[in-house]
Amino acid sequence: MEYLLLLILIPPLLGAAANGILGRRFNQATVSAIACGAAGVSMVFALLLATWTFFHPTPPSDLVVHSYFTWIFVPGAAGLADFRADFALYYDHLTLVMTVTVTVVAFLIHLYSRGYMAHEGGYYRFFAYLNLFLFMMLTLVTAANYALMFVGWEGVGLCSYLLIGFYFLKKSASDAGKKAFVVTRIGDVGFTLGIALLFWTFGAVDFQTVFGKVSGLPAGESGDVLTAICLLLFLGAVGKSAQLPLYVWLPDAMEGPTPVSALIHAATMVTAGVYMVARSNVLFAHAPRALETVSTIGCLTAFFAATIAVCQNDLKRMLAYSTISQLGYMFVGCGVGIFAAGIFHLMTHAFFKSLLFLAAGSVMHGLSGELDMRKMGGLRHKMPTTHWTFLVATLAISGVPLLSGFFSKDQILAGAFLGPLGKPWLYWLATLTAGLTAFYMFRGLFMTFWGESRVEEQVKHHVHESSSKMTTPLMWLAAFSVIAGYVGWPHPLEGLSHFLEPVFGKSDALLRAASPGEASGALGEKALMGFSLAAAAIGIALAWWLYLKSPEIPGRIAAKFRGVYQLLVRKYYVDEIYDAIFVQPIRVISDKVLWQGLDDGAIDGVMVNGTAGETMSVGGLLRRIQSGNLRSYAAWVLLGAVAWLGYVLFVR
Amino acid sequence: MVPLSHVLALSMILFVLGIAGFIFRRNVITIFMCIELMLNAVNLAFIGFARQLGQLDGQLYVFFVIVVAAAEAAVGLAIIIALYRNRESLSIDDLDSMRN
Repeated sequence: MEYLLLLILIPPLLGAAANGILGRRFNQATVSAIACGAAGVSMVFALLLATWTFFHPTPPSDLVVHSYFTWIFVPGAAGLADFRADFALYYDHLTLVMTVTVTVVAFLIHLYSRGYMAHEGGYYRFFAYLNLFLFMMLTLVTAANYALMFVGWEGVGLCSYLLIGFYFLKKSASDAGKKAFVVTRIGDVGFTLGIALLFWTFGAVDFQTVFGKVSGLPAGESGDVLTAICLLLFLGAVGKSAQLPLYVWLPDAMEGPTPVSALIHAATMVTAGVYMVARSNVLFAHAPRALETVSTIGCLTAFFAATIAVCQNDLKRMLAYSTISQLGYMFVGCGVGIFAAGIFHLMTHAFFKSLLFLAAGSVMHGLSGELDMRKMGGLRHKMPTTHWTFLVATLAISGVPLLSGFFSKDQILAGAFLGPLGKPWLYWLATLTAGLTAFYMFRGLFMTFWGESRVEEQVKHHVHESSSKMTTPLMWLAAFSVIAGYVGWPHPLEGLSHFLEPVFGKSDALLRAASPGEASGALGEKALMGFSLAAAAIGIALAWWLYLKSPEIPGRIAAKFRGVYQLLVRKYYVDEIYDAIFVQPIRVISDKVLWQGLDDGAIDGVMVNGTAGETMSVGGLLRRIQSGNLRSYAAWVLLGAVAWLGYVLFVR
Repeated sequence: MVPLSHVLALSMILFVLGIAGFIFRRNVITIFMCIELMLNAVNLAFIGFARQLGQLDGQLYVFFVIVVAAAEAAVGLAIIIALYRNRESLSIDDLDSMRN
């Protein structure tokens, strides 16, 4: 049974190897069969394991952690413990949730890509990377120690780079890939330091040992070391999950093909940070100050990104900022101590956000590559399936009741106010953000699918609904976007929390005991729900008014508040600021100091060419002795003889 | 009896003359003659010491030197003739194909 877990990981790896090495010779059908087959097998195994778990609520201990082989073992010396990192996989309810979500979404996206990438070059390469990504992501979520998790972490980063820069001949795409990798690297530094500090403090990096030791610590005491560890780990999450200030790579990552945006930058890779924080809940529970940082950054990011999304005209970019914003929500959930809410939102978000991206891809496909929403409009007649699936996802993300997003978002908002580390300002800002979310999402919907068609002439007659290869996954995702909220019926708001109780239970209790929350009781849960519903309703109404009823108004508002509008459209100039502060100085240093100064001057000039030049001059001098003139030879012999004679007679 | 110092002085003078001629003269045959001069100067020194010490070793050495000088002269002159046939010149400055 313990091998079933491994079996979830292996097929994508094999698929990636097969397509990567041999794929060039396969035709498209074979490539997609291998890749989708691998993803499908993984999904089946994950679902099998999930089903088995429902019948065996307490898994045997060697399923919880099973070590397959010793990967790294360094015997300790001079006071340091042994460093042991095995290839060991960890299985609990959290892993179950993650593996099921990841494999289902990945499988659907693999199916969608068959249609989407059919006319692009590099078909086999795309699927090889996609499978490799799936393997890495599964490694990340099933790893039993931080080292193996980091392998998966880096692996998904690599695949993200490869896939964002998939159209590597296009400069903006390869630049975006580099940007993603470098920016997440900054976070990875924090992650690595966190792991090192963890090992230095506790002598191990595997979850069971570390969590066991940390649980033994007295409650409520926020040790400085533990806070440092948690903050460093969170820094890794900030990079990977695109929070303030390391979010800048995600909008640029839209250069990649749309399935990539859906899989990596909506459903899975960017949620790795949230997963990591949730997995480390034991550590974070003993470091409340770190948790406060998590929730603060999450909330600020959510609001910040939502304000930018309001003014974006590129459909995918708007969705990218929306992802950043929703990830912020997940961190708020974890940060106020309701980890289950964060994971719940992760799960529902995976479904509706990937659906949004895939639908956007369908729109792009139908409009021959157009993504500017100002050149869309009225598409719901020409692309009905895409439209209603997009509508379902938009309703879900806006927190409209009965859809999954409502349940998960509501849990987070309730937690922001009533949770152990909840604070009122978190709740109000998050609710405002929810209103903004509803607004910009419906703005997107209306601009793209409703109203009058602003599509360019030559594109207009090509507009077509996408093939069933692409629309079928859309429909499945739409179904999931609705029902995912009902896990654990009949308590939709509580269901997942109950399921994840074994994972988060102790942390929850700890946090509740330590800090009961500032505003408990001031506003009941019903009132909170009312506010968030009102925010969503206002957002939707505003979008309807501004983009359907009186579409000339946004233009007038933009003209009137030109400064603010420019600020938002130009994304607060953050990219420009980073460029000025970090990128340009590094370029100048690289160019002037390191390249011209050091490489050209010192190494090439002095060491290589200089030595050669010096050798030549000395050689030139010595060359004159070889004049070919016998008489001078004779003279030199004489001189040498005299010198030696003198030495022998007078010096010795 | 001629004092040893006179013999050695003459020997030294002859030797230095030989060196000077070797370095400063241009004609190849003249240079050869100077080489012979140097060898004979050394012979003289040997004889002088042999007489002074009353031993025959020095005289024996002279024989060796004479033999070697003769052989060397023969070979050297043969080389000079070969060189002359190729280069039409007896000036040592013209023998510079090993230049650089």
